[in-house]
Amino acid sequence: MNEYVIETDNLTKRFKQVTAVDGLDLRIRRGEIFGLLGPDGAGKTTTIRVLCAIMEPTEGSVRVAGFDTVRESEEIKKRIGYMPQQFSLYGDLTVLENLIFFADIFGVERGEREKRIARLLEFARMTKFKKRRAAHLSGGMQKKLALACTLIHQPQILFLDEPTTGVDPVSRREFWDILTELHLQGVTLFVSTPYMDEAERCSRVGLMFEGGLIICDAPERIKSLVEGDLLELRPDRLREAARAIGGLPGVLEVQTYGDLLHVFVDDAQRRIQTIQEVLSEAGISVRGLRQTRPRMEEAFISLIRKRIEGR
Amino acid sequence: MIARTITVARKELLHIVRDRRTMAVMFLIPIVQLFLLGYAATTDIEHLRTTVLDGDRTPQSRELIEAYRASNYFDIVAYVADEDELARMMDRGTVWAGLIIPAGYGADVVSGQTASVAFVIDGSDPNVANAVFAASQQVGQAQSMRIIERRLGISPDEMTALEVRSRVWYNPEMKSVNFMIPGLIAMILFTITIMLTSLAIVREREQGTIEQLMVTPIRPIELVVGKVTPYIAVAFFNVLEVLAIGVYWFGVPIHGSLGLLMALAAVFLMTSLGIGIFISSVTNTQQEAMLTVWMMLLPSIFLAGFFFPLEAMPKFLQAISYFIPLRYMLVIIRGIILKGVGIGPLADQVVPLLLFGVSILIFAATRFRKRLE
Repeated sequence: MNEYVIETDNLTKRFKQVTAVDGLDLRIRRGEIFGLLGPDGAGKTTTIRVLCAIMEPTEGSVRVAGFDTVRESEEIKKRIGYMPQQFSLYGDLTVLENLIFFADIFGVERGEREKRIARLLEFARMTKFKKRRAAHLSGGMQKKLALACTLIHQPQILFLDEPTTGVDPVSRREFWDILTELHLQGVTLFVSTPYMDEAERCSRVGLMFEGGLIICDAPERIKSLVEGDLLELRPDRLREAARAIGGLPGVLEVQTYGDLLHVFVDDAQRRIQTIQEVLSEAGISVRGLRQTRPRMEEAFISLIRKRIEGR
Repeated sequence: MIARTITVARKELLHIVRDRRTMAVMFLIPIVQLFLLGYAATTDIEHLRTTVLDGDRTPQSRELIEAYRASNYFDIVAYVADEDELARMMDRGTVWAGLIIPAGYGADVVSGQTASVAFVIDGSDPNVANAVFAASQQVGQAQSMRIIERRLGISPDEMTALEVRSRVWYNPEMKSVNFMIPGLIAMILFTITIMLTSLAIVREREQGTIEQLMVTPIRPIELVVGKVTPYIAVAFFNVLEVLAIGVYWFGVPIHGSLGLLMALAAVFLMTSLGIGIFISSVTNTQQEAMLTVWMMLLPSIFLAGFFFPLEAMPKFLQAISYFIPLRYMLVIIRGIILKGVGIGPLADQVVPLLLFGVSILIFAATRFRKRLE
């Protein structure tokens, strides 16, 4: 059997007006947690829909679990689980009724069904909510229920489209703990997310931008691609400070991040002094100027910017 | 295959039961429609508001007025002094008809001359006007006979040379409700199923649950059949509901076989289910579906001959009506309930209905894909 469970060659999906996915080549191995990152509109949802065999690609070939998504879509559906971005369970049905419905649709045998449902409820820590209507659950619980429903037929590959969007930070962490557990059980996970911090929990990430992959590698290696050192400071007048620093020798890139300024320089030790001087000359007071490790976020912004400037 | 269909049907039933408001609407709409059409949409005229201009004021003129009143068709609600006042009442719509008896009417009657009176009718609604016209003539003829009888001292039987004995078959009392209720059953089957099936399927699309279903091994046919099954049950329940009220409340007699009625209703259901499924495949929201349903419902009802006879329509509309399945069902259901006919005389209706049903259903089902656009 092929070592790749997801393989796309020149995957392209065009709609009337736009090209949502443009010549995507992906290779994902069994057992990976693959994170598809990118801003809204990058083509993440379209990619996942094509991989789940519910949308046909305009061009290119796609194989999932060894089957062609166009010709053998039903074989794929037996082996994958898909959790759409939007809540797509039945709000007027209870947690248990939703689980039973999907178990029956997948043809899970009666006795086995009860066992699996009990285990999934336990796994998602939702046992005591099983009689509650899905519409009355919190956002985080709805996501967990949706996950439980996609796991009812024990898929080999799980596709999750922005599973933590609109979920509070505590539930987000809990959700990722559950995903990690699934990963340990051997399930291949394909997760799209707009949250860069979640990329750190993936074994490999792909950064998607305007329908194509900018980069696809392990998080550590992507972070190491960022040139230079990163300085973080909190000036009182953000824009002026950014302008003042931007033109200095040795400064590679300036990014704003809330009320913080992230400055990439060729050598932190050499440039930190100059920056301080320039800012105090301009009458801008600065708190907490320090060197820090670049995170996924800075790496991606930097990569996307280079891509735009490179045109 | 069967198991998954049952699973979907069971889930759909839960949706219905959980949504109290929809459920109330589902079971009340037929009753409301029935009472509305049973009472309001009747062309039977009775107690029509009438005014009288009695310019004669003789025992003869009063006898004529009494004849009109006693007919039950007319209620004399006002007496006016001149024609202007009568015209004003007609303008305002306070009365539908006016009887004008000129001075000298009594004298003419007594002296054996041909007396004449005028009867004014509000013709805005031709259906009502036709009926009022006939009723006014009928009462006048009867009174004329009575005058002749008195004048010549012989009974009317002796002086009749030709008598036309009209006999009304199927609906001898000519009650509108007897005509309306069978039609209403067909219409309810049509509207309820089209509306409920299209809404139920579109709802999955609108809520995004269709996307989740697409990644399951479910076949489109299982989904569609499962989803519409509960609504078929609802439709049949509605039919029985309307029949029961029709029979026990409005006293509509059922002359034919109830079993045949139900069997042919099932044939008819195929077409409305097919149309409902088709609508759900071309619309994305419940609102769109609802609008589409209404857009096709009204022309269907008119062109099928629900309110107005097909024979009275221009030829090209009659031609179009052959493509409206409701047309055939109306003939079938009226035939069974009013005329008590069996399948034989209805073959001309059943065959096209069956063809329509099968082809619409197949066409609609194949349009249903497990793919997003």
